[in-house]
Amino acid sequence: MSDKGTILKIKDISKEYPSVKANDSVSLDLEYGKIQALLGENGAGKSTLVKIIYGLVKPDSGRMYLNDMEYRPKGPQDARSKGVGMVFQHFSLFDALSVFENIALGLDNILEKKELKKQIIDVSSEYGLSISLDKIVGNLSAGERQRIEIIRCLLLNPKIMIMDEPTSVLTPGEVSDLFLVLQKLSKSGMSILYISHKLEEIRTICTKATIMRRGRVVKNCDPQKISATKIAEEMVGTSFSSPKKSKIRKGKECLQINNLSFQPSDPFGIPIKNLNLKLHHGEIIGIGGVAGNGQEEFLSLLSGELKPSNGSLFFNDEDITKYNVVERRNKGLLSAPEERLGHAAVPAMSLTENCLITAEHRMKLSKRGLIDYRISKNLSDRIIKKLDVRTGGSDALARSLSGGNLQKFVIGRELIQNPKIFIVNQPTWGVDAAAASSIRQQILDLAKEGAGIIVISQDLDELLEISDVFCALVGGQLSSPEMTNELNPSRLGMLISNSIE
Amino acid sequence: MLKIEPRKNRSNFLEVSAPVIAVILTMIFGGFLFLSMGKNPFEAIKLIFWDPIMSPTFSEYSRPQLVIKAAPLILIALGLSFGFRANIWNIGAEGQYIMGALFSGSIGLALYPLDAWFIFPLMILGGIIGGIFWAMIPAILKIKFNTNEILVSLMLVYVAEQILALASVGFLRNPEGLGFPGSRDLSKYPSASNPELIANSGIHVGVICSFIAVVFLTYFLTYHRLGFQIKLIGQAPKAAKFSGVNVNYIIIFCLGLSGGLAGIAGMFELTGPAGLINIDFNVGYGFTAIIVAFLGRLHPIGILFAGLLMSLTYVGGELAQFMLSIPAAAIQVFQGMLLFFLLSTDLLVSYKVSFNLGTNNSNPKSKSE
Repeated sequence: MSDKGTILKIKDISKEYPSVKANDSVSLDLEYGKIQALLGENGAGKSTLVKIIYGLVKPDSGRMYLNDMEYRPKGPQDARSKGVGMVFQHFSLFDALSVFENIALGLDNILEKKELKKQIIDVSSEYGLSISLDKIVGNLSAGERQRIEIIRCLLLNPKIMIMDEPTSVLTPGEVSDLFLVLQKLSKSGMSILYISHKLEEIRTICTKATIMRRGRVVKNCDPQKISATKIAEEMVGTSFSSPKKSKIRKGKECLQINNLSFQPSDPFGIPIKNLNLKLHHGEIIGIGGVAGNGQEEFLSLLSGELKPSNGSLFFNDEDITKYNVVERRNKGLLSAPEERLGHAAVPAMSLTENCLITAEHRMKLSKRGLIDYRISKNLSDRIIKKLDVRTGGSDALARSLSGGNLQKFVIGRELIQNPKIFIVNQPTWGVDAAAASSIRQQILDLAKEGAGIIVISQDLDELLEISDVFCALVGGQLSSPEMTNELNPSRLGMLISNSIE
Repeated sequence: MLKIEPRKNRSNFLEVSAPVIAVILTMIFGGFLFLSMGKNPFEAIKLIFWDPIMSPTFSEYSRPQLVIKAAPLILIALGLSFGFRANIWNIGAEGQYIMGALFSGSIGLALYPLDAWFIFPLMILGGIIGGIFWAMIPAILKIKFNTNEILVSLMLVYVAEQILALASVGFLRNPEGLGFPGSRDLSKYPSASNPELIANSGIHVGVICSFIAVVFLTYFLTYHRLGFQIKLIGQAPKAAKFSGVNVNYIIIFCLGLSGGLAGIAGMFELTGPAGLINIDFNVGYGFTAIIVAFLGRLHPIGILFAGLLMSLTYVGGELAQFMLSIPAAAIQVFQGMLLFFLLSTDLLVSYKVSFNLGTNNSNPKSKSE
């Protein structure tokens, strides 16, 4: 099926939720054999649209046509049987089972084992998706896991494949492997709807992009012909400035990490091995690496949530190894963990109450153990204003905020306390472009004021943009620091993928 | 297919009215239960819920009983609710209640027949210490060896019962009691007795204490740092750790608070309504208080009403047994229904049940949404 034309035609799809119009008469044409991007900020309506196509959500109005036939999926299974497959951002795989078992479990039809094996090998060799069937999924990298999901999807012979943020968990090397696969697929006639935040990526592989904003399609364009800034502006609706990095003015050393080690008690934890690092006032150190390489443990060791099994920590020449979370915070060492709901914030508590989690002592929200909710609310109001958090107000529950807005709040909660050292994990994870750029700017401003900052992130572009020094955290080990402006992509890829000398 | 999913918008009205709906449902289904036993359901429900308070014939006896039974339930449930909020499950309040009574009783009996003002306050202190002492055993074992406080506190109930029996026939036995088990009657020992403050009201110092505890703990839960930290641990343990909450301290605090309040309840019961230490001193307040704590949604004000309601079903239940010869077991089923309906209406406040007919959505891929 290589004939040009439209395979999926979406006409005037609307879907309204109680508080928001997620899709407002959206129309979109997906062409044969093309990799087409679907772009937009968080809450622009991309996910809703994709869920409608995959049969997970029923639209209020509008029609869809698949190969000129009316297409109205009753559910995901129905969508799959009509040739629409989807690869989700979060994998649904069983860690304890083998690759083959995982694939077999995910299929709608039960096949003979031999027959299935043959089919899997055919598909994987055809598109260069190398994978060994007998491996246990728990031991595989994110890229390999994604290949399983893709194979699972391909076994159903889909005509359309939807990919939701496929590169968010991959190393640069894995990303280029994925792109090769996608290009092969599109050459063989498959249409791919590709959702991503990363504009450069889209410019690399997509030939058509549909940009959504506030539930509407605002532009269709060829991303290879216009600049990334232009696309970003369309997504946001206004032009925004990318963060300005000031000249590096390294001050005195403010944090010294010596031989920090950690042996987790649970078998799935990541051990941290002999970590050494020096952070200076006004410096931003970027810690890159794929998730699950000890990032969470690293942050917890610095914040004081975890006790190291070995090594020491010095804050301005003061040994703080034995200090607990509150004592470290009182010194001026603040942190923001990756997981927003349940770690940085409590879902069922108001923003006012959430302020108390980290700001109680530094911002004097309590007197002799009694909480003053007025001061706390006041602080929350200030955070909301400072970071432009979109919410109903300080009384809103944390879980009622969108991911990006809650992220702005939990970062703002630390920034407003004037940290001397700030450690943050994934500051802009799942945050839209405008909010991400404002968070990055805030981090840069904080560094300019003289704070030492460690940013842990899986977004390499982000680290390259804001950090002065770069280290990779792989398997609980830290590579030796390198100046960010001297790095090139291949060196980066090497650091991230594992080669630590 | 039956699916239970969280409600996006929780309604305040539902939240407040859920206990009321639960009580009404209990009345309806309890009515059918009584009907199936050949009793007049309206008569039975009226006897349980109305007559103890309003009937001219019974209320003179029942009304004081209502507060006498509610006070220990409220005191114990208040303490338990703090731990339950922080996922610290003290199931052994019954044992702490016994130990509170034994400690305070030992003090009173040791000083008999001295007449002094300080004896009663000293016994209150003894009750608190006895309860806390018994609760610290599971607390310290949990902190040091990560033992399960549910099992340890529950087992200690049976140990406490054995000590109670030993005391009744042994070291606390009334020397003038002709060899029968049981201690001297403390309610007849003026310096150690906990008499009714207003005649025929049932109100004794313990009742006043339980009301004060409700007010104080409401304030404490809302405004004190520890109250906040307890909520934090219960709702998001990781966030509590991130905040710097000392979990061990909270374990000690919650078990200490519930032990102390159970001990004090035991002391008031011993010196007032019960009068003496005997083998059958404990009647299950410590276990029923668990129900009261949940019935009151772990909130002090809710527990106040739940304690009164639970007490009403006891007093009214006795009345129904007596008047209609409904067996005690049926009354217990009735109380069980109340808890069942409360828990299920509670679930429906935060979750909705939807029926999904036709297509099967049980494939693994739809899970990830």
